[in-house]
Amino acid sequence: MEKTVTHVALFAAIIAVLGLLPNFQLGFGVPISAQSLGVMLAGTVLGAKRGALAVMLLLLVVALGLPLLAGGRGGLGVFVGPTAGFLWGWIAAAFVTGWVMERWSSAPVLPVAAVASVLGGIVVLYAFGIAGMAMVLQKSLPEAALLVTAFIPGDLIKAGIAAALTASLARARPGSLMSRRAS
Amino acid sequence: MISLTSPVRTRAHGWPAGAKLGGLLLATVALAASSSLVVLGAGAGLVLLLYALPGRVFLAHGLRRLAVLLPFVLVILGWHLLAAEPLVGLAICLRMVAAVALANLVTMTTRLSDMMQVLRRLGAPLARFGFNMRALEISIALLIRMIPVLSETGGHLRQSWRARSARRPGWRIIMPLTLATLDDADHVAEALKARGGIGGAGPEISDTDERKSQWKRP
Repeated sequence: MEKTVTHVALFAAIIAVLGLLPNFQLGFGVPISAQSLGVMLAGTVLGAKRGALAVMLLLLVVALGLPLLAGGRGGLGVFVGPTAGFLWGWIAAAFVTGWVMERWSSAPVLPVAAVASVLGGIVVLYAFGIAGMAMVLQKSLPEAALLVTAFIPGDLIKAGIAAALTASLARARPGSLMSRRAS
Repeated sequence: MISLTSPVRTRAHGWPAGAKLGGLLLATVALAASSSLVVLGAGAGLVLLLYALPGRVFLAHGLRRLAVLLPFVLVILGWHLLAAEPLVGLAICLRMVAAVALANLVTMTTRLSDMMQVLRRLGAPLARFGFNMRALEISIALLIRMIPVLSETGGHLRQSWRARSARRPGWRIIMPLTLATLDDADHVAEALKARGGIGGAGPEISDTDERKSQWKRP
């Protein structure tokens, strides 16, 4: 119980701190924040349930009024804005990423973490994000999808980084991947 | 850290947080359900008036927080100008800006402690179904406490990277940061357990002064 609480809380803190890192930019000027990288890591390291809990905790504290999203955003406004779908999607993204990790627990970490991050952190996340954007901006789903395609290359890079980080974590501290432990 | 709360105290700070949140919910639903330009325009005008009432400092602070919506407004207005239906685009933008502005307004005029009270009240009935409110409260406190600790750790890691390399650290410090955090999480878990754990035991633990002193950081 205590371990779950501290891991969930501290991973939520990691996601928040990653939002403070300066954005890096892709060649064509699309800014990417490291925050969704933190969401992927929450899934690959903590597993489905705890990863989703970490994201939910962070979002709850953001809703309470703390500026913990990239660029110092926060408060209730972000949950009704055009990018709200991506925020709600973070929960599902961490869950699916963790679920894939747990499902393929016998396969090597690096490829599984990469597949898990792409499935959870891109496919699932964008499904939510695009649906949310279509709702707020009153566009069809393909039209909304068009508006966010520029960010997909950045997220593919992030999935690669998340997988590499997860693999080196597994090497450095074999017991640290809760997603790989039978508990 | 940039504060989301208002730089000036307004009359709305004294209103009950639950009522503000309820009002926000109703207003958001009403905005979402309406497609009439008149209604949406009136709604947006009313929100602007609410921002202007507490004075210029409040208004400037509030408008700055809405600047993130500008790219979306431009895209939508441009899109619908090309489609030769600018009024539809205007309605979408009014609805979006009014909804976000209103939600921000509640955040700006409600203290964190008041929000926590609402959360506690909402959580109380859930506790009957086995929801551990105490675990949630400890998690929130831990999260808020650990953010400065982790960003300090991140700062140290970045400095030691710079001491050894001319290249920018970028994402590479995330790995040691995560490792340090996982270790911290283990230590904090042990410390929590040593102090009686989170268990199901409710607020009576934190109510006794004797136990309270044990919760202080050494």
